[in-house]
Parts: sequence; C-alpha cells; structure tokens
Amino acid sequence: MFVNELIGKYGFKHLSGENVDRKIENAYSCDLLSWVMAKGKHDTAWITVQTHNNILAVASLLDFACIIIPEGIKVEQEILDKANEQEVVILSTELDAFEIFKILYEAGVK
Amino acid sequence: MNTYMKNESNVAMKLHYDISKDDFSRAGEASSKIKNMLRQLAIEANILRRIAIATYEAEINLVIHSLGGTIDVYIKPDCIEIYVEDVGPGIENIELAMTKGFSTATAVAREMGFGAGMGLPNMEKVSDEFIIESTIGVGTQIKMVVTY
Repeated sequence: MFVNELIGKYGFKHLSGENVDRKIENAYSCDLLSWVMAKGKHDTAWITVQTHNNILAVASLLDFACIIIPEGIKVEQEILDKANEQEVVILSTELDAFEIFKILYEAGVK
Repeated sequence: MNTYMKNESNVAMKLHYDISKDDFSRAGEASSKIKNMLRQLAIEANILRRIAIATYEAEINLVIHSLGGTIDVYIKPDCIEIYVEDVGPGIENIELAMTKGFSTATAVAREMGFGAGMGLPNMEKVSDEFIIESTIGVGTQIKMVVTY
C-alpha cells in the first residue's frame, strides 16, 4: 500500500511532507519515543498521539513512510512547518489506531 | 575493563555538536545532522540506522538529564566512534540506569513520550562497543563504537 492511497481512498488528511508516493511496508503504534526508536522498522506507517516536534526526528531518523495522527487530534502549524522542512509526511484521521490497522492490513501491509 | 578515552588514531573526519539542557524544541537536530552527513559519505543503511539510534538517544539524554553536553563523532575507515560528555548530576547506579524501563525523567518529559527507560539500553544494543562512566555531581561520559 502507498501513502497516497490513505489520502485518496480513505480520506486521511494530508498535513505535511510531499513524498506521498512511498510504499508502506510496516505499521506500528506507540507513544514512547525510545520504544519506537528501538522497535521501529523502515518504511513504517507510525500511529501516535504525540504531536510535538520530536516525532519528526524519530520519523526522519528511522526513515518512516509517514506519521498518522489518529482520532482527530490537531497538530499545530509550527510543527507542520517543521515537518515540511524535514520532509516528514504527516496524515491525520478521525479513526482510532485499531481502525487504521485494519485498513493497512486489508490493503496488504502484513 | 575498558575505560573511557577518545581514540585519536586514524580519524578521517570529526563532527562536534553542543547540546543544551531542556531544549526540547531542538532535540534531535544534532542526530539528524549526523545522519545526513554520514548518508552523504555513503555509509550503509543499517550502520546509518544504528548511529541514528545511538546519537538520538544520547542527545535526548543530554536534553533531559544533563546541564548541557557535547557529542563528538569520529569517522574512521573501519568504524564510527561516538563520544558523549556532559556536565550534570551523574548517574548514581549505572547498572540500574542500564535496566530497561528504569527512568528518572520528569513528569513533563514523560508526557512528551520521553523517559521510557529505553535510552541507555537502546544505545548499548546498537553499539559494538559501549563504555559508560559517571561521577556523581560531575557528569557522565559514554563511548559507543559501531563497526562497519
């Protein structure tokens, strides 16, 4: 599955980052950043409720495909500006983590 | 037992970064710069990833726990050496600090998703050589080596 399918087919909001043609190979959800650093794999769609700028460092250092902010949580413009600078793709959706996982799984992320 | 000492032999390139305490807004910048620099040198992805984890966790530790410190990266023909030095409270019990899940991070840091107690264990895990020394009331020194 590609990041742009989440936007086009499933109505996820595209908040930042231009590179939405990336393929999602893995999915992960966790809000403890060191835990994510230890367990996160490349090309991951990472679901987190954290919205401060350190999620950008984690996503970019681990080369994640995108960050997905669930349950309609808002992200401040300042963070989105930084995400654009660092070329980190952030999406948001009203769905919760489980619903997002279902979409990813059914679209072939296994 | 190995003791902390910078190994100045065969250094092809040195990188140096100063890290400020409590500067959460910039935390991660130094590790991002290090990663970008090493990527330009065509360092392999797996090595790059281990360096990224090691430097990120070190940087976050300096921001959360120290009064300020430095990260030095020595790029060598066969390995990357990372030296982390801080001025700070020091670590009372290193064995306890190296235990997964143990953390002395503040409530504020924890709310931001830091303080999982995984920083030092992550650093040790990605390093081929890991040395940590600490003096109470003075500071902490860490050497990490990642071999190609």
